[in-house]
Amino acid sequence: MAERRLAQRQGELIDRSQEVSFQWEGREVTGYAGDTIASALYAAGTRVFSRSFKYHRPRGLMCCSGQCPNCLVEVDGQPTVRACMTPVEQGMDVKHLNAWPSLQRDFLHLVGRLTPSFGMQVGFYYKTFIHPRRAWPLYEKILRNAAGLGKLDPEHRRTERFDKVHRHVDVLVIGGGEAGLEAAAEAAEQGRHVALVEEGLALGGQLAWGGPRSNGRLTALIERVNAAGVEILQPAYAGGVYEGLLVPVFQGRTMHRFRPAELVIATGSIEQPLVFGNNDLPGVMLASGARRLVNQFRLMPWEQAVVLTSSDEGLAAALDLADGGVNVLAVADSRRGADGSAIEDAGIEYLAGFQPWQAKGSKAVTGVVVTRDGEHRTLACDLLVMSGGSVGQTALVSQGGGGIRYDRDQRRYVPDSLPDGMRVVGAAAGSAAAAGAVPAQAPKTGCKQVVCFCEDVTTKDIALSLDEGFSSLELSKRYTTVTMGPCQGRMCHRNSGLVIADQLGLDPDSQRVGVTTSRPPHNPTSFSLLAARGYEPVKRTSTHHWHAEHGGKMLWAGDWKRPYDYGDGDSEVDAVHESLGLIDVSTLGKLIVRGPDAAAFLERLYPNRFGDMKLARVRYGIVCGDDGSIIDDGTVARLSEQEYYVTTTSSGAGGMEQWFTWWNAVWKMDCEIVNVTSTIAAFNLAGPNARTALSTLTDFDLSNEAFPYLGAGHAQIAGVPCLVLRIGFVGELGYELHLPAAAGEHLWEKLMEAGEPHAVKPFGLEPQRVLRLEKMHIIVGQDTNAESNPLEAGMPWIVKLDKESDWIGRYAIEWYKRRGNRLTLVGWEAQNGGVPIEGTQVVGADGQPAGRITSSRFSRRLGKAIGIAWLPVEQSEEGTAIRISDPKGSTIPATVTHKAFYDPDGERLRS
Amino acid sequence: MSFILSCPNCGPRAVDEYAYGGEVTERARTSGDERALFHYLYFRTNTGGDQREWWFHSSGCREWFQAERNTTRNEVLQVARPGELAPSREPAGG
Repeated sequence: MAERRLAQRQGELIDRSQEVSFQWEGREVTGYAGDTIASALYAAGTRVFSRSFKYHRPRGLMCCSGQCPNCLVEVDGQPTVRACMTPVEQGMDVKHLNAWPSLQRDFLHLVGRLTPSFGMQVGFYYKTFIHPRRAWPLYEKILRNAAGLGKLDPEHRRTERFDKVHRHVDVLVIGGGEAGLEAAAEAAEQGRHVALVEEGLALGGQLAWGGPRSNGRLTALIERVNAAGVEILQPAYAGGVYEGLLVPVFQGRTMHRFRPAELVIATGSIEQPLVFGNNDLPGVMLASGARRLVNQFRLMPWEQAVVLTSSDEGLAAALDLADGGVNVLAVADSRRGADGSAIEDAGIEYLAGFQPWQAKGSKAVTGVVVTRDGEHRTLACDLLVMSGGSVGQTALVSQGGGGIRYDRDQRRYVPDSLPDGMRVVGAAAGSAAAAGAVPAQAPKTGCKQVVCFCEDVTTKDIALSLDEGFSSLELSKRYTTVTMGPCQGRMCHRNSGLVIADQLGLDPDSQRVGVTTSRPPHNPTSFSLLAARGYEPVKRTSTHHWHAEHGGKMLWAGDWKRPYDYGDGDSEVDAVHESLGLIDVSTLGKLIVRGPDAAAFLERLYPNRFGDMKLARVRYGIVCGDDGSIIDDGTVARLSEQEYYVTTTSSGAGGMEQWFTWWNAVWKMDCEIVNVTSTIAAFNLAGPNARTALSTLTDFDLSNEAFPYLGAGHAQIAGVPCLVLRIGFVGELGYELHLPAAAGEHLWEKLMEAGEPHAVKPFGLEPQRVLRLEKMHIIVGQDTNAESNPLEAGMPWIVKLDKESDWIGRYAIEWYKRRGNRLTLVGWEAQNGGVPIEGTQVVGADGQPAGRITSSRFSRRLGKAIGIAWLPVEQSEEGTAIRISDPKGSTIPATVTHKAFYDPDGERLRS
Repeated sequence: MSFILSCPNCGPRAVDEYAYGGEVTERARTSGDERALFHYLYFRTNTGGDQREWWFHSSGCREWFQAERNTTRNEVLQVARPGELAPSREPAGG
């Protein structure tokens, strides 16, 4: 590996004392610490790094700075890693992305070679593969295999954790080149908190890769930045600039959401390729890329170089490369009047007015043809260094709301108007001395002239798109996908505009070609980073660990974890019916409404009546939207004249708190709403033996006379102050205990102990669903949807249209009442053994869907399938025979019923 | 949307701390005028310009407030506790 390395020199990034070995295509390659994958492979003689997206042309290093797509590889199973930006690590496994069978011999390259007869231009497969139409799935499979960059392993699972961090700084500087470092140092020296983001492996931009002359200046600047206390994030990149100067900065496994008071854009400029025949051959490299190899990694970019340029940048590059030890044979400058004396002084042939025609070679460059006034000259070489001038990186400026205008003198787009708080410095602001000259028009060479390296778009493709009527930059972009690849236009934005100007006969220096819209993400970004952990922590009830330790199958229920069952749901159902069961219902939403207007407030919020409620009583209520739809349900207990205790559904807790407080913000009544959901635990002890078991833990009189059904009272139970509600969601005698969550585990264990003589069983969510269905109790959101009103849902008794006060939903429900019911919510039972799936259709007499099954379970106790359904009113009479569709093809016969399936008169509840 | 919104209780915060509560509307108080009822229930003006709206500071004080905002520029013109917004400014040139 030593022979490609040049002599040690100040400013190099590699540590020659430390070797690092890794795998490339299954064989071992050794580089130095500080090498990138790309520089280590190049040092080992690798020239072909990838195959192009569409034509599978061999591609080698071009920009060496993470801008172009040429060195994308797979590293340790992760596709599309930029080899030139990724440091080598001992033992990493690096593979090519998209060639078959190998990078050197890629079968798919033949496709590109066949292009003229095959017609594989832009849009070709829409045109070519539509006949015969039914063969498209086959074509698609083949094409999908050929296109794309790498393969995702569907079995691959991330084990790392990704995070989001919110950051607030005074100044955020994007770009760690000379201008960015200066701006950061200056701000920090004024005492401001400054963070700087640099995507490369070295700070300093051109100072770092531009040769040894700038070493002193760079060292001084970095010392100044460190002394001033600038926080440096590196390597990291800004993914975009959003409204309010929100900047996501991606670093490793963290997304920093920066919200700076001031944003400084110092993204610099990017050198542009030239457009000529075979300009994508391995060995054709940007001048800045070659200089990075020579100056930072001390690599001989190859033996004999020719420099092609249209600007002074290329002349400087030629001198720097020669100084670094590269054998530069000639410089072809497409300008005629430029001063090439420095080149000639260095002993290099200077060809004024010669523009590139085509590169020669098949797997790598073997020479170049340059031309002037019809005169062609062929130069033998194995390295072509091109410099089409550079363009300022203004994408983040326009994303952040800044305006961009074309500056004729500089021949580049520069920031114009800037949003408050944004500043642009350095080359991105157009202040760089070297203006990018417009290269002469693309030659008609007959071989491929690549404009967009990411998507393999050639000059011919763009011409074709214009011929077909996509007659502007934005339209041509959408048709050809130029500027839409991984580089997001960094390598092709300017050139595609020039080619279009050329084709349309526009002045390339006019504003009329325009720019394409820049959108985030500015860099390829892993979905893992975007999907980093949220801020909603999992909610666990006070007895979570008890459930988990006793066989509870914990599953998600909204933000909560709840036991589905404890291993045998059927026997849990039986325990509740026959003796005793205990369920943790702490996830219920719990609100306290307190104040002189508490009664009046609930009267206005519910269709129910609450003002007439006696103390120490509880009542079932539903909450409607103003459109009359059912949005939640639960119980309301009156604790005192001015205090009510409201429970909501588990999933509705947050929404109901918002709903209650919203209407109180509108009405401004004299009452307060406090959400006590997470501070209060709740358990439901249910079953015929509930009273006997509970009375061993309390002096509270639980007799049916003293504490009847729908009673509410305060009691000390096993030493814990509890609010006891006698309600029966599961259909048996039951006591719902509400208590401080801190005492939850203690009371739960006491209740289990007290229930031991009665063979108490804890029961989970699923047995509860069976139990409630046997009582035909609805679950809001499952049995109702946004169109369900209480009249049609079979609860007209709740709606008090004669209430003197106004209430939410009143006018819509009045309207529904006048209109009459169309649908109605009813029970059904099916006795032939079939259990319909929830969500399936009820089939009408005409074979068309007539209704919808919302709940369905097999009740062992009743020996039949039971459920709830929405049916048209005319098919909803008690005893109506209905047919329920079944995915297996047949239908399940069922009978409509209006009464609860189990204990229809509620005798067990009231016992 | 990533603009900054000021809660009257908590001060300026990123908008993703809040829940949007919709336009400030006048509630229909009769079922007799069907058109007015349905308009209130189902239609929104969807203003491109200055709009009064409800916001809930869900990741903060969990209180409701009102804001006047230019919906095209996301410029927040004023915030206030419910019902306390100042009269709207005159439209430009008007």
